[in-house]
Amino acid sequence: MTTTLREESVGAGESAAAGPRVGVLALQGDFREHALVLASLGAEVSLVRRPEELEAVDGLVIPGGESSVIDKLSRTFGLAEPLRAAIAGGLPVYGTCAGLIMLADRVLDGIAGQETLGGLDVVVRRNAFGSQNQSFETELEVPALGATPVRAVFIRGPVVESVGAAATPLARLDDGRVVAVEQGNLLGTSFHPEITGEHRFHEYFLSKVRARR
Amino acid sequence: MTVPETGSSRVKRGLAEMLKGGVIMDVVTPEQARIAEDAGAVAVMALERVPADIRSQGGVARMSDPDLIDAIIAEVSIPVMAKARIGHFVEAQVLQALDVDYIDESEVLSPADYVNHIDKWSFNTPFVCGATNLGEALRRINEGAAMIRSKGEAGTGDVSEATKHIRKISSEINQLKSMTRDELYVAAKELQAPYELVLEVAETGKLPVVLFVAGGVATPADAAMMMQLGADGVFVGSGIFKSGNPEARAAAVVKATTFYDDPSVIADVSRGLGEAMVGINVADLAAPHRLAERGW
Repeated sequence: MTTTLREESVGAGESAAAGPRVGVLALQGDFREHALVLASLGAEVSLVRRPEELEAVDGLVIPGGESSVIDKLSRTFGLAEPLRAAIAGGLPVYGTCAGLIMLADRVLDGIAGQETLGGLDVVVRRNAFGSQNQSFETELEVPALGATPVRAVFIRGPVVESVGAAATPLARLDDGRVVAVEQGNLLGTSFHPEITGEHRFHEYFLSKVRARR
Repeated sequence: MTVPETGSSRVKRGLAEMLKGGVIMDVVTPEQARIAEDAGAVAVMALERVPADIRSQGGVARMSDPDLIDAIIAEVSIPVMAKARIGHFVEAQVLQALDVDYIDESEVLSPADYVNHIDKWSFNTPFVCGATNLGEALRRINEGAAMIRSKGEAGTGDVSEATKHIRKISSEINQLKSMTRDELYVAAKELQAPYELVLEVAETGKLPVVLFVAGGVATPADAAMMMQLGADGVFVGSGIFKSGNPEARAAAVVKATTFYDDPSVIADVSRGLGEAMVGINVADLAAPHRLAERGW
Protein backbone atom coordinates (compact mmCIF):
# COMPACT_ATOMS: atom_id res chain seq x y z
CA MET A 1 0.00 0.00 0.00
CA THR A 2 2.99 2.32 -0.15
CA THR A 3 1.89 4.60 -2.93
CA THR A 4 4.32 7.41 -2.23
CA LEU A 5 7.28 5.46 -3.55
CA ARG A 6 5.76 4.24 -6.76
CA GLU A 7 7.63 6.90 -8.72
CA GLU A 8 10.85 5.82 -10.38
CA SER A 9 12.82 8.39 -8.44
CA VAL A 10 12.36 9.39 -4.83
CA GLY A 11 14.14 12.00 -2.79
CA ALA A 12 14.92 13.95 -5.96
CA GLY A 13 14.08 17.33 -4.46
CA GLU A 14 15.81 20.62 -5.12
CA SER A 15 18.72 19.73 -2.83
CA ALA A 16 19.14 16.30 -4.36
CA ALA A 17 21.75 17.37 -6.89
CA ALA A 18 24.35 17.17 -4.13
CA GLY A 19 23.34 13.68 -2.99
CA PRO A 20 24.93 10.53 -4.38
CA ARG A 21 22.82 8.63 -6.88
CA VAL A 22 21.95 5.31 -5.29
CA GLY A 23 19.89 2.59 -6.91
CA VAL A 24 17.86 -0.06 -5.12
CA LEU A 25 17.40 -3.34 -6.98
CA ALA A 26 13.60 -3.53 -7.26
CA LEU A 27 12.90 -6.99 -8.66
CA GLN A 28 11.31 -8.27 -5.44
CA GLY A 29 11.55 -7.65 -1.71
CA ASP A 30 11.57 -4.68 0.66
CA PHE A 31 13.19 -2.26 -1.77
CA ARG A 32 10.93 0.65 -0.78
CA GLU A 33 12.12 0.49 2.84
CA HIS A 34 15.72 0.86 1.63
CA ALA A 35 14.72 3.69 -0.69
CA LEU A 36 13.08 5.56 2.19
CA VAL A 37 16.14 5.22 4.44
CA LEU A 38 18.54 6.28 1.67
CA ALA A 39 16.38 9.27 0.70
CA SER A 40 16.19 10.36 4.35
CA LEU A 41 20.00 10.35 4.38
CA GLY A 42 20.16 12.69 1.39
CA ALA A 43 20.75 10.22 -1.44
CA GLU A 44 19.08 10.61 -4.81
CA VAL A 45 17.36 7.25 -4.98
CA SER A 46 16.10 5.34 -8.01
CA LEU A 47 14.64 1.87 -8.41
CA VAL A 48 16.63 -0.46 -10.67
CA ARG A 49 14.97 -3.20 -12.72
CA ARG A 50 16.71 -2.77 -16.10
CA PRO A 51 20.36 -2.69 -17.24
CA GLU A 52 20.12 0.95 -18.38
CA GLU A 53 18.84 1.98 -14.93
CA LEU A 54 21.96 0.42 -13.40
CA GLU A 55 24.18 2.68 -15.51
CA ALA A 56 22.69 5.77 -13.89
CA VAL A 57 23.74 5.04 -10.29
CA ASP A 58 26.91 5.46 -8.20
CA GLY A 59 25.94 2.76 -5.73
CA LEU A 60 23.40 -0.03 -5.38
CA VAL A 61 21.45 -1.71 -2.58
CA ILE A 62 20.19 -5.27 -3.01
CA PRO A 63 17.26 -5.58 -0.59
CA GLY A 64 15.83 -8.32 1.55
CA GLY A 65 13.48 -10.68 -0.21
CA GLU A 66 13.58 -14.20 -1.58
CA SER A 67 17.08 -14.74 -2.98
CA SER A 68 15.99 -17.50 -5.37
CA VAL A 69 13.44 -15.13 -6.94
CA ILE A 70 15.81 -12.16 -7.16
CA ASP A 71 18.41 -14.45 -8.78
CA LYS A 72 15.94 -15.82 -11.31
CA LEU A 73 14.52 -12.42 -12.29
CA SER A 74 17.96 -10.81 -12.54
CA ARG A 75 19.00 -13.47 -15.05
CA THR A 76 15.71 -13.51 -16.97
CA PHE A 77 15.74 -9.75 -17.48
CA GLY A 78 19.44 -9.45 -18.39
CA LEU A 79 20.62 -7.76 -15.20
CA ALA A 80 22.89 -10.44 -13.80
CA GLU A 81 25.84 -9.88 -16.15
CA PRO A 82 25.74 -6.07 -15.98
CA LEU A 83 25.56 -6.39 -12.19
CA ARG A 84 28.60 -8.69 -12.13
CA ALA A 85 30.50 -6.27 -14.38
CA ALA A 86 29.55 -3.31 -12.17
CA ILE A 87 30.69 -5.14 -9.03
CA ALA A 88 33.96 -6.11 -10.70
CA GLY A 89 34.37 -2.46 -11.70
CA GLY A 90 34.16 -1.35 -8.08
CA LEU A 91 30.53 -0.20 -7.78
CA PRO A 92 29.67 0.10 -4.08
CA VAL A 93 26.94 -2.44 -3.30
CA TYR A 94 25.18 -3.15 0.00
CA GLY A 95 23.13 -6.34 0.33
CA THR A 96 20.78 -7.22 3.21
CA CYS A 97 19.71 -10.84 3.78
CA ALA A 98 18.83 -11.98 0.24
CA GLY A 99 21.15 -9.20 -0.95
CA LEU A 100 24.02 -10.68 1.08
CA ILE A 101 23.34 -14.05 -0.56
CA MET A 102 23.46 -12.41 -3.99
CA LEU A 103 26.85 -10.83 -3.17
CA ALA A 104 28.43 -14.01 -1.79
CA ASP A 105 30.83 -15.97 -3.99
CA ARG A 106 29.09 -19.18 -2.88
CA VAL A 107 25.72 -20.12 -1.40
CA LEU A 108 24.87 -23.32 0.47
CA ASP A 109 21.28 -24.64 0.64
CA GLY A 110 20.16 -22.65 -2.39
CA ILE A 111 17.42 -24.02 -4.65
CA ALA A 112 18.54 -26.18 -7.59
CA GLY A 113 20.42 -24.02 -10.07
CA GLN A 114 20.53 -20.94 -7.83
CA GLU A 115 23.35 -18.56 -8.74
CA THR A 116 24.85 -15.56 -7.01
CA LEU A 117 26.45 -12.45 -8.43
CA GLY A 118 29.51 -12.90 -6.24
CA GLY A 119 32.09 -10.35 -5.17
CA LEU A 120 32.30 -11.08 -1.46
CA ASP A 121 34.89 -13.75 -0.71
CA VAL A 122 32.52 -15.65 1.58
CA VAL A 123 30.34 -18.74 1.72
CA VAL A 124 26.83 -18.08 3.03
CA ARG A 125 24.21 -20.56 4.17
CA ARG A 126 20.66 -19.68 3.16
CA ASN A 127 17.87 -20.01 5.81
CA ALA A 128 20.58 -20.77 8.35
CA PHE A 129 18.27 -20.44 11.37
CA GLY A 130 15.36 -22.53 10.10
CA SER A 131 11.69 -21.60 9.74
CA GLN A 132 10.00 -18.30 10.59
CA ASN A 133 9.45 -19.57 14.15
CA GLN A 134 13.21 -19.24 14.61
CA SER A 135 13.39 -15.71 13.18
CA PHE A 136 14.45 -13.25 15.88
CA GLU A 137 15.73 -9.84 16.82
CA THR A 138 18.71 -9.17 19.06
CA GLU A 139 21.34 -6.61 20.04
CA LEU A 140 24.51 -6.89 18.01
CA GLU A 141 27.93 -5.37 18.64
CA VAL A 142 29.28 -3.76 15.46
CA PRO A 143 32.58 -2.09 16.41
CA ALA A 144 32.92 -0.42 13.00
CA LEU A 145 29.73 1.56 13.72
CA GLY A 146 30.62 2.65 17.24
CA ALA A 147 29.89 1.50 20.77
CA THR A 148 26.08 1.53 20.61
CA PRO A 149 24.86 -1.93 19.61
CA VAL A 150 22.68 -2.47 16.55
CA ARG A 151 19.12 -3.78 16.96
CA ALA A 152 19.26 -6.53 14.34
CA VAL A 153 16.24 -8.36 12.89
CA PHE A 154 16.90 -11.77 11.33
CA ILE A 155 14.08 -13.09 9.13
CA ARG A 156 14.76 -16.56 7.80
CA GLY A 157 18.19 -15.07 7.36
CA PRO A 158 21.50 -16.43 6.10
CA VAL A 159 24.80 -16.61 8.00
CA VAL A 160 28.30 -16.26 6.65
CA GLU A 161 29.66 -19.73 7.10
CA SER A 162 33.25 -19.00 6.09
CA VAL A 163 35.08 -15.76 5.44
CA GLY A 164 37.84 -15.77 2.81
CA ALA A 165 41.07 -13.84 3.07
CA ALA A 166 39.75 -10.85 1.10
CA ALA A 167 36.67 -10.23 3.28
CA THR A 168 36.42 -8.80 6.81
CA PRO A 169 33.79 -9.78 9.39
CA LEU A 170 31.99 -6.77 10.92
CA ALA A 171 29.68 -8.52 13.39
CA ARG A 172 29.15 -11.91 15.00
CA LEU A 173 26.38 -13.54 16.99
CA ASP A 174 27.17 -14.72 20.53
CA ASP A 175 27.91 -18.17 19.12
CA GLY A 176 30.58 -16.70 16.84
CA ARG A 177 28.72 -16.94 13.54
CA VAL A 178 29.45 -14.03 11.20
CA VAL A 179 26.42 -11.95 10.20
CA ALA A 180 27.98 -8.83 8.65
CA VAL A 181 30.96 -8.54 6.29
CA GLU A 182 32.68 -6.04 4.05
CA GLN A 183 35.22 -6.23 1.29
CA GLY A 184 36.33 -3.03 -0.41
CA ASN A 185 33.19 -1.37 -1.71
CA LEU A 186 30.92 -4.31 -0.88
CA LEU A 187 28.93 -4.60 2.33
CA GLY A 188 26.60 -7.39 3.41
CA THR A 189 24.40 -8.07 6.45
CA SER A 190 22.29 -11.13 7.33
CA PHE A 191 19.79 -8.80 9.00
CA HIS A 192 17.59 -5.84 8.03
CA PRO A 193 18.57 -2.36 9.25
CA GLU A 194 16.02 -0.96 6.76
CA ILE A 195 13.05 -2.06 8.89
CA THR A 196 14.28 -1.05 12.35
CA GLY A 197 15.09 2.65 11.96
CA GLU A 198 18.81 1.81 12.24
CA HIS A 199 20.58 4.09 9.73
CA ARG A 200 24.24 3.56 10.51
CA PHE A 201 24.79 0.76 7.99
CA HIS A 202 23.27 2.89 5.24
CA GLU A 203 25.41 5.86 6.30
CA TYR A 204 28.48 3.62 6.28
CA PHE A 205 27.54 2.44 2.80
CA LEU A 206 26.89 5.99 1.57
CA SER A 207 30.37 6.99 2.75
CA LYS A 208 31.76 4.33 0.39
CA VAL A 209 29.61 5.71 -2.44
CA ARG A 210 30.73 9.29 -1.78
CA ALA A 211 34.38 8.29 -1.50
CA ARG A 212 34.28 6.66 -4.92
CA ARG A 213 32.43 9.41 -6.79
CA MET B 1 24.11 -9.01 24.67
CA THR B 2 20.41 -9.56 25.10
CA VAL B 3 18.54 -12.80 24.67
CA PRO B 4 17.29 -13.19 21.08
CA GLU B 5 13.57 -12.41 20.85
CA THR B 6 11.37 -14.49 18.53
CA GLY B 7 7.79 -13.75 17.55
CA SER B 8 7.95 -9.97 18.01
CA SER B 9 5.71 -7.82 15.84
CA ARG B 10 8.74 -6.66 13.90
CA VAL B 11 9.83 -10.23 13.23
CA LYS B 12 6.31 -11.33 12.27
CA ARG B 13 5.53 -8.35 10.06
CA GLY B 14 9.07 -8.43 8.72
CA LEU B 15 8.62 -11.69 6.84
CA ALA B 16 5.67 -10.18 4.98
CA GLU B 17 7.88 -7.19 4.10
CA MET B 18 10.35 -9.59 2.48
CA LEU B 19 7.59 -11.22 0.40
CA LYS B 20 6.60 -7.91 -1.21
CA GLY B 21 6.64 -7.67 -4.97
CA GLY B 22 6.21 -11.43 -5.05
CA VAL B 23 3.67 -14.14 -5.81
CA ILE B 24 2.41 -16.68 -3.27
CA MET B 25 0.97 -19.78 -4.91
CA ASP B 26 -1.55 -22.37 -3.68
CA VAL B 27 -0.19 -25.92 -4.00
CA VAL B 28 -1.76 -29.26 -3.11
CA THR B 29 1.22 -31.62 -3.63
CA PRO B 30 5.00 -31.49 -3.14
CA GLU B 31 5.32 -31.70 -6.95
CA GLN B 32 3.28 -28.52 -7.35
CA ALA B 33 5.34 -26.86 -4.63
CA ARG B 34 8.49 -27.69 -6.62
CA ILE B 35 6.98 -26.20 -9.78
CA ALA B 36 6.02 -23.06 -7.84
CA GLU B 37 9.49 -22.62 -6.35
CA ASP B 38 11.16 -23.21 -9.72
CA ALA B 39 8.84 -20.65 -11.33
CA GLY B 40 9.81 -17.96 -8.83
CA ALA B 41 7.12 -18.05 -6.14
CA VAL B 42 8.17 -16.19 -2.95
CA ALA B 43 6.14 -18.62 -0.84
CA VAL B 44 3.62 -21.42 -1.21
CA MET B 45 0.28 -22.04 0.50
CA ALA B 46 -0.01 -25.75 1.36
CA LEU B 47 -3.57 -27.00 0.85
CA GLU B 48 -5.44 -30.26 0.32
CA ARG B 49 -7.76 -28.71 -2.24
CA VAL B 50 -7.50 -25.42 -4.11
CA PRO B 51 -10.48 -23.10 -3.63
CA ALA B 52 -11.99 -24.03 -7.01
CA ASP B 53 -12.24 -27.66 -5.85
CA ILE B 54 -13.49 -26.74 -2.38
CA ARG B 55 -16.17 -24.79 -4.19
CA SER B 56 -17.16 -27.59 -6.58
CA GLN B 57 -16.90 -30.46 -4.08
CA GLY B 58 -18.64 -28.69 -1.21
CA GLY B 59 -18.71 -30.03 2.35
CA VAL B 60 -16.77 -28.73 5.34
CA ALA B 61 -13.26 -27.55 4.40
CA ARG B 62 -10.66 -27.91 7.16
CA MET B 63 -6.95 -27.60 7.88
CA SER B 64 -4.81 -29.86 5.66
CA ASP B 65 -3.37 -33.22 6.71
CA PRO B 66 -0.10 -32.65 8.64
CA ASP B 67 1.59 -35.26 6.45
CA LEU B 68 0.86 -33.16 3.38
CA ILE B 69 2.14 -29.99 5.05
CA ASP B 70 5.30 -31.81 6.20
CA ALA B 71 5.90 -33.15 2.70
CA ILE B 72 5.59 -29.68 1.17
CA ILE B 73 7.88 -28.14 3.81
CA ALA B 74 10.42 -30.87 3.04
CA GLU B 75 10.20 -30.23 -0.69
CA VAL B 76 10.89 -26.49 -0.87
CA SER B 77 13.15 -23.94 0.80
CA ILE B 78 10.88 -20.90 0.34
CA PRO B 79 8.36 -20.06 3.10
CA VAL B 80 5.38 -22.40 3.48
CA MET B 81 2.01 -21.08 4.63
CA ALA B 82 -1.04 -23.11 5.62
CA LYS B 83 -4.68 -22.34 6.35
CA ALA B 84 -6.64 -22.67 9.57
CA ARG B 85 -10.41 -22.17 9.79
CA ILE B 86 -11.61 -18.78 11.07
CA GLY B 87 -11.67 -18.96 14.87
CA HIS B 88 -10.12 -22.45 15.01
CA PHE B 89 -7.27 -21.72 17.39
CA VAL B 90 -6.39 -25.39 17.79
CA GLU B 91 -5.82 -25.83 14.07
CA ALA B 92 -3.57 -22.78 14.35
CA GLN B 93 -1.72 -24.37 17.30
CA VAL B 94 -1.18 -27.48 15.18
CA LEU B 95 0.13 -25.43 12.26
CA GLN B 96 2.53 -23.63 14.59
CA ALA B 97 3.71 -27.00 15.91
CA LEU B 98 4.25 -28.14 12.32
CA ASP B 99 6.58 -25.14 11.96
CA VAL B 100 4.81 -23.48 9.02
CA ASP B 101 6.13 -19.98 8.27
CA TYR B 102 2.75 -18.21 8.16
CA ILE B 103 -0.78 -19.19 9.21
CA ASP B 104 -3.68 -18.01 7.03
CA GLU B 105 -6.88 -17.67 9.07
CA SER B 106 -8.95 -18.17 5.98
CA GLU B 107 -12.52 -17.76 4.83
CA VAL B 108 -11.76 -20.31 2.09
CA LEU B 109 -12.17 -22.97 4.78
CA SER B 110 -15.42 -23.41 6.69
CA PRO B 111 -15.50 -21.07 9.72
CA ALA B 112 -15.18 -22.78 13.11
CA ASP B 113 -16.47 -19.79 15.09
CA TYR B 114 -19.04 -17.34 13.78
CA VAL B 115 -18.30 -14.79 16.51
CA ASN B 116 -14.58 -14.75 17.34
CA HIS B 117 -11.46 -14.79 15.26
CA ILE B 118 -8.25 -16.31 16.64
CA ASP B 119 -6.25 -14.29 19.20
CA LYS B 120 -3.21 -14.08 16.99
CA TRP B 121 -1.01 -12.26 19.52
CA SER B 122 -0.71 -15.50 21.50
CA PHE B 123 1.20 -17.23 18.68
CA ASN B 124 4.88 -17.17 17.74
CA THR B 125 4.03 -17.91 14.10
CA PRO B 126 2.71 -14.88 12.19
CA PHE B 127 -0.80 -14.74 10.70
CA VAL B 128 -2.22 -13.42 7.47
CA CYS B 129 -5.96 -12.67 7.39
CA GLY B 130 -8.45 -11.71 4.70
CA ALA B 131 -10.31 -8.41 4.54
CA THR B 132 -12.84 -6.82 2.21
CA ASN B 133 -12.53 -3.30 3.61
CA LEU B 134 -10.37 -1.15 5.89
CA GLY B 135 -12.39 -1.74 9.06
CA GLU B 136 -12.12 -5.51 8.68
CA ALA B 137 -8.37 -5.23 7.99
CA LEU B 138 -7.83 -3.11 11.13
CA ARG B 139 -9.90 -5.49 13.28
CA ARG B 140 -7.68 -8.36 12.15
CA ILE B 141 -4.52 -6.31 12.82
CA ASN B 142 -5.91 -5.49 16.28
CA GLU B 143 -6.21 -9.24 16.88
CA GLY B 144 -2.56 -9.67 15.88
CA ALA B 145 -2.55 -10.27 12.12
CA ALA B 146 0.92 -9.45 10.73
CA MET B 147 -0.18 -9.33 7.09
CA ILE B 148 -3.48 -8.66 5.31
CA ARG B 149 -4.74 -10.02 2.03
CA SER B 150 -7.80 -8.62 0.40
CA LYS B 151 -10.25 -11.49 0.00
CA GLY B 152 -11.52 -11.33 -3.55
CA GLU B 153 -13.72 -14.31 -4.38
CA ALA B 154 -11.47 -17.37 -4.20
CA GLY B 155 -11.75 -20.21 -6.68
CA THR B 156 -13.61 -18.28 -9.35
CA GLY B 157 -10.97 -16.89 -11.69
CA ASP B 158 -13.10 -13.74 -11.61
CA VAL B 159 -10.93 -10.85 -10.45
CA SER B 160 -13.76 -8.35 -10.00
CA GLU B 161 -14.16 -8.91 -6.25
CA ALA B 162 -10.40 -8.56 -5.70
CA THR B 163 -10.58 -5.26 -7.58
CA LYS B 164 -13.51 -4.13 -5.46
CA HIS B 165 -11.74 -4.94 -2.19
CA ILE B 166 -8.37 -3.33 -2.96
CA ARG B 167 -10.11 -0.24 -4.33
CA LYS B 168 -12.31 -0.08 -1.24
CA ILE B 169 -9.37 -0.35 1.15
CA SER B 170 -7.36 2.26 -0.79
CA SER B 171 -10.25 4.69 -0.94
CA GLU B 172 -11.01 4.33 2.77
CA ILE B 173 -7.33 5.00 3.56
CA ASN B 174 -7.42 8.11 1.35
CA GLN B 175 -10.52 9.36 3.14
CA LEU B 176 -8.81 9.00 6.53
CA LYS B 177 -5.81 10.97 5.28
CA SER B 178 -7.97 13.99 4.59
CA MET B 179 -9.79 13.95 7.94
CA THR B 180 -9.18 16.14 10.97
CA ARG B 181 -8.52 14.54 14.33
CA ASP B 182 -12.05 15.07 15.61
CA GLU B 183 -13.46 13.39 12.50
CA LEU B 184 -11.21 10.37 13.09
CA TYR B 185 -13.09 9.44 16.26
CA VAL B 186 -16.27 9.10 14.25
CA ALA B 187 -14.40 7.33 11.46
CA ALA B 188 -13.13 4.77 13.98
CA LYS B 189 -16.67 4.21 15.18
CA GLU B 190 -17.96 3.77 11.65
CA LEU B 191 -15.09 1.51 10.60
CA GLN B 192 -15.61 -0.47 13.84
CA ALA B 193 -11.88 -0.34 14.33
CA PRO B 194 -9.65 0.82 17.22
CA TYR B 195 -9.01 4.57 17.23
CA GLU B 196 -5.22 4.12 17.61
CA LEU B 197 -5.02 2.07 14.42
CA VAL B 198 -7.29 4.48 12.55
CA LEU B 199 -5.07 7.37 13.64
CA GLU B 200 -1.94 5.50 12.52
CA VAL B 201 -3.42 4.86 9.07
CA ALA B 202 -4.51 8.51 8.78
CA GLU B 203 -1.00 9.70 9.65
CA THR B 204 1.03 7.24 7.57
CA GLY B 205 -1.39 6.86 4.65
CA LYS B 206 -1.01 3.10 4.64
CA LEU B 207 -1.87 -0.03 6.58
CA PRO B 208 0.54 -0.86 9.43
CA VAL B 209 1.19 -4.24 7.76
CA VAL B 210 1.79 -5.51 4.25
CA LEU B 211 -1.28 -5.83 2.00
CA PHE B 212 -1.45 -8.54 -0.66
CA VAL B 213 -4.35 -9.18 -2.99
CA ALA B 214 -6.03 -12.58 -3.35
CA GLY B 215 -9.06 -14.19 -4.89
CA GLY B 216 -9.68 -14.67 -8.60
CA VAL B 217 -6.24 -13.72 -9.96
CA ALA B 218 -5.77 -15.96 -13.03
CA THR B 219 -3.56 -14.13 -15.56
CA PRO B 220 -0.36 -12.05 -15.63
CA ALA B 221 -2.48 -9.00 -16.43
CA ASP B 222 -4.70 -9.67 -13.40
CA ALA B 223 -1.63 -9.71 -11.15
CA ALA B 224 -0.21 -6.54 -12.71
CA MET B 225 -3.54 -4.76 -12.33
CA MET B 226 -3.64 -5.57 -8.61
CA MET B 227 -0.10 -4.19 -8.26
CA GLN B 228 -1.06 -1.01 -10.12
CA LEU B 229 -4.01 -0.64 -7.75
CA GLY B 230 -1.56 -0.58 -4.84
CA ALA B 231 -1.11 -4.18 -3.73
CA ASP B 232 2.23 -5.16 -2.21
CA GLY B 233 2.05 -8.57 -3.88
CA VAL B 234 -0.41 -11.26 -4.98
CA PHE B 235 -1.73 -14.63 -3.95
CA VAL B 236 -2.67 -16.93 -6.83
CA GLY B 237 -4.86 -19.81 -5.77
CA SER B 238 -6.60 -21.98 -8.30
CA GLY B 239 -5.41 -19.78 -11.18
CA ILE B 240 -2.11 -21.59 -11.75
CA PHE B 241 -2.67 -25.29 -11.20
CA LYS B 242 -6.16 -25.24 -12.72
CA SER B 243 -4.74 -23.83 -15.95
CA GLY B 244 -3.44 -25.61 -19.02
CA ASN B 245 0.27 -24.96 -18.46
CA PRO B 246 1.02 -24.29 -14.78
CA GLU B 247 4.82 -24.00 -15.19
CA ALA B 248 4.58 -21.30 -17.83
CA ARG B 249 1.68 -19.46 -16.21
CA ALA B 250 3.37 -19.41 -12.80
CA ALA B 251 6.59 -17.94 -14.24
CA ALA B 252 4.60 -15.42 -16.27
CA VAL B 253 2.62 -14.18 -13.25
CA VAL B 254 5.90 -13.73 -11.33
CA LYS B 255 7.40 -11.61 -14.12
CA ALA B 256 4.23 -9.55 -14.55
CA THR B 257 4.17 -8.83 -10.81
CA THR B 258 7.70 -7.38 -10.92
CA PHE B 259 7.10 -5.40 -14.14
CA TYR B 260 3.49 -4.56 -13.27
CA ASP B 261 3.80 -1.09 -14.81
CA ASP B 262 5.40 -2.18 -18.10
CA PRO B 263 2.72 -3.31 -20.58
CA SER B 264 5.32 -4.57 -23.09
CA VAL B 265 6.68 -7.05 -20.52
CA ILE B 266 3.15 -8.09 -19.54
CA ALA B 267 2.31 -8.63 -23.23
CA ASP B 268 5.44 -10.73 -23.75
CA VAL B 269 4.85 -12.98 -20.77
CA SER B 270 1.15 -13.42 -21.62
CA ARG B 271 1.90 -15.14 -24.96
CA GLY B 272 1.29 -18.85 -25.43
CA LEU B 273 0.23 -19.71 -21.88
CA GLY B 274 -2.53 -22.07 -23.03
CA GLU B 275 -5.90 -22.26 -21.33
CA ALA B 276 -6.54 -20.08 -18.29
CA MET B 277 -8.60 -21.70 -15.55
CA VAL B 278 -12.26 -22.03 -16.40
CA GLY B 279 -13.90 -19.23 -14.51
CA ILE B 280 -17.12 -18.73 -12.60
CA ASN B 281 -18.66 -15.28 -12.72
CA VAL B 282 -19.11 -14.04 -9.19
CA ALA B 283 -22.50 -12.60 -10.20
CA ASP B 284 -23.68 -16.16 -10.92
CA LEU B 285 -22.85 -17.34 -7.40
CA ALA B 286 -25.71 -17.55 -4.95
CA ALA B 287 -24.94 -15.51 -1.81
CA PRO B 288 -24.39 -18.56 0.48
CA HIS B 289 -21.55 -19.68 -1.82
CA ARG B 290 -19.65 -16.40 -1.61
CA LEU B 291 -16.58 -16.98 0.55
CA ALA B 292 -15.69 -13.30 0.93
CA GLU B 293 -18.70 -12.80 3.17
CA ARG B 294 -17.21 -15.15 5.77
CA GLY B 295 -15.35 -13.22 8.48
CA TRP B 296 -16.48 -9.94 9.92
